[in-house]
Amino acid sequence: MSITEDQARKVAHLARIAVDDAALPALARELNGILHFMEQLNEVDVTGVEPMTGVTPMRLKRREDVVTTGDMADRILSNAPDAREGFFAVPKVVE
Amino acid sequence: MTDLNTLTIAAARDALRKGDTTAVELTEACLSAIDAAGALNAFVHHTPDMARDMAQAADARIKAGNAAALTGIPLGIKDVFCVKGVPSQAASRILEGFRPEYESTVTQNLWNAGAVMLGKLNQDEFAMGSANESSCYGPAVNPWKVDDRQLTPGGSSGGSAAAVAADLCLAATGTDTGGSIRQPAAFTGIVGLKPTYGRVSRWGVIAYASSLDQAGPMTKTVRDAAIMLGAMASVDPQDSTSADHPVPDYESLLTGDIRGKRIGIPREYRLDGMPAEIDALWHKGAEMLRDAGAEIVDISLPHTKYALPAYYVIAPAEASSNLARYDGVRYGHRAKLGQGDGITEMYEKTRAEGFGPEVQRRVMIGTYVLSAGFYDAYYNRARKVRALIKRDFDNVFAEGIDAILAPTTPTAAFGIGAMDSSDPVQMYLNDVFTVTLNLVGLPGIAVPVGLDKKGLPLGLQMFGKPFQEDELLNHALVLERAAGFVAKPERWW
Repeated sequence: MSITEDQARKVAHLARIAVDDAALPALARELNGILHFMEQLNEVDVTGVEPMTGVTPMRLKRREDVVTTGDMADRILSNAPDAREGFFAVPKVVE
Repeated sequence: MTDLNTLTIAAARDALRKGDTTAVELTEACLSAIDAAGALNAFVHHTPDMARDMAQAADARIKAGNAAALTGIPLGIKDVFCVKGVPSQAASRILEGFRPEYESTVTQNLWNAGAVMLGKLNQDEFAMGSANESSCYGPAVNPWKVDDRQLTPGGSSGGSAAAVAADLCLAATGTDTGGSIRQPAAFTGIVGLKPTYGRVSRWGVIAYASSLDQAGPMTKTVRDAAIMLGAMASVDPQDSTSADHPVPDYESLLTGDIRGKRIGIPREYRLDGMPAEIDALWHKGAEMLRDAGAEIVDISLPHTKYALPAYYVIAPAEASSNLARYDGVRYGHRAKLGQGDGITEMYEKTRAEGFGPEVQRRVMIGTYVLSAGFYDAYYNRARKVRALIKRDFDNVFAEGIDAILAPTTPTAAFGIGAMDSSDPVQMYLNDVFTVTLNLVGLPGIAVPVGLDKKGLPLGLQMFGKPFQEDELLNHALVLERAAGFVAKPERWW
């Protein structure tokens, strides 16, 4: 498989990273180099093998589904680039 | 008394308890050493006021007779750990100005044990790198040097490694996702321990790849690694993958007795073109363990070759998901927007400005391997290969192997800028001996064993069984004693 400039543009958009058109050929080349390296994995026979999620044979911990913390809106907003009236502020989303 | 900043944790602790020195004196010695070491670019956020307050509190605690494991010990903290009120940005521009409102479990555990915070340490951005060159603070510099070239301390915990090797602190925290504790430890002649996945809480550690990330100590000796691991580790309800194993007193379990233990030498780690010096060191390490009464056994880990490509699918996939939170809304950097820019432009411009090139590359690769149509071909295949790699280790342990000995890095420290950044794959090959361990979640430790012919440190690493860090530290202690590595970098900074 190999990535075209169009596909590189699409990946950049999916990742929400602005890439200049002029930078697309180099990006596609780099991504292709890395993907080519990954293709070694095709040599391995993985028939019947379950994909591994976590390394420790453990069941994720459970707890009561109750509120355990809260009432700290000020602290949560304290690092926001733009916070107003107890909310995160962003550019207009809906026309 | 020798310069206080050159002490080990164990020696400083004993001196503090005997009243030979104070936490304030120790801390001042480190702060002066840090001030004089700007050229190493190891400390990137300085917290001297905090350090002095904590040192005074430590002295009061010692006086009151209730000192804990690290009371009065000055430490450096990798930038990736959230420390309340202190800039914590994982060396990324996108977290510029971020001051956490909460404390990571690891640092809270260290402060509870009485440790003193000297400041934040340089690293690769979001812990992605092997040379500490992709940092918004610029590269950290290795205190070791043999000509006029500046060398890398390795990465991603390069600032931690440089600071410990140059005696700017008694020890430091690191994190290891693909070798980021062990490789820099090897490049700077110090000890670096990556614990079993789940041993140390990830709460408050800025995430890179959540199924691989694990924090650990970077220290001057194996004993210090045992002391510091005991303070860092805990069972933490805030981290759902934190393991329910009680934390033993690792230091008291150090016996140096490995008689009858079976040490595996994995034949797949003998690479074509591996420098003869590394190979010779590996042989020497095996002899040291044999002389201590262990049995050396040739073993096979047949899927080793596929660890690196599997890692470079899985880690970027997890990173692309973890780093989705940096969107210019909740914290850190937001790009200046143009007329008519909407929320999508805000995301795209913010992330293009905030992430460095290596982070952008990994986020995009991760996005690609998780995207519709490629998920099975790349991501699921990599996770299946990961299961096979894990099976290799399960098999050798089932055959009675107690620990595994391998080189830590394929070379000694290289020059800053020597890795051609236009070929990322070449850079990734640095991690060839280290990534496997993260994929299988096992504990590993890098121990300095000798100098190469130019005079740069070389290390070996040992892998242990899950949650048997005590056994692993014991093996490492034998290696450390037999190697008798005492070399220090000559001060030029």
